[in-house]
Amino acid sequence: MDRLYFEDFPPGEVVEFGDAPVTAEAIVEFAREFDPQPFHLDAQAARDSLAGGLIASGWHTAAMLMRMSCDAFLDRATAQGSPGVDKLDWLKPVRPGDRLSVRRTTLSARPSRSRPGVGVVELLFEVLNQNLEIVMTQKGAIFFLRRAAGEAAP
Amino acid sequence: MIGLYYEDHRVGQTATVGSHQFTREAIIAFARAYDPQPFHLDDAAGAASLFGSLCASGWHTASVSMRALVDYREGRRAAAAARGEPLPALGVGLGIRDLRWANPVRPGDVVTFSARVEAMRETKRPQWGLIASRTTGVDQSGREVLSYLSHVLVARRGP
Repeated sequence: MDRLYFEDFPPGEVVEFGDAPVTAEAIVEFAREFDPQPFHLDAQAARDSLAGGLIASGWHTAAMLMRMSCDAFLDRATAQGSPGVDKLDWLKPVRPGDRLSVRRTTLSARPSRSRPGVGVVELLFEVLNQNLEIVMTQKGAIFFLRRAAGEAAP
Repeated sequence: MIGLYYEDHRVGQTATVGSHQFTREAIIAFARAYDPQPFHLDDAAGAASLFGSLCASGWHTASVSMRALVDYREGRRAAAAARGEPLPALGVGLGIRDLRWANPVRPGDVVTFSARVEAMRETKRPQWGLIASRTTGVDQSGREVLSYLSHVLVARRGP
């Protein structure tokens, strides 16, 4: 497949992708390593907590978004990392049995001031569950290489 | 996040919560599972990227910071339990602002995480307060590799 450059992210574009099943095993595995709180580890303990049942670590949901983005477009993009994320909000719990997908909106795209040949694309990611409820939103930027002058678009 | 109860916190309070060494194996394992971009998986691809070498996924660094915060709090809870004090319910995180990866984390780097209370307020629910705290990760050379502001519900002592 053709590689994706800075120029392939026009502002206003909306793209939907991803279909990631969430399992109790994956929730617990991530939590054991990175977020060992009872409501991410144990269904019984989770029932008695603010969460009301086993829920995924918010960092796990962020990591699942990253994986869906890699599979859908970043793996064939000229991405060069991210300066950061302005906002990351966990709006609803992610539970075993959920299926997650993503709606990506390109908010802006501009050439980097400090790095010639690089552009900064600001993206809004909305992670949806199978009921089309937004469970997490993330607004941040990613660096992409610019297509060299004179190089044909794919 | 630093104390057990909302009332134990003060704006400006800071704590060093823990350190973690990032191994090549762990960097690659996280990347395989969640962020399989070439510069997180492969030395040659890392050398050819803007980073100049293999480096950890920013989500890996952020996830490790969470582990440091949880372990730190668990130590405080265990000490309180040993003194026979009641333990508060655990709150949840609501969101993150201004998450920055100022420098890459490379294999062998040791990152030390700290937390600083930036703001706090009561909520409509009398059992929960809201605390905004800045988590920072600094490598063995003093370079900042991670920084974010988190909003977390923290149990109140009650009336």
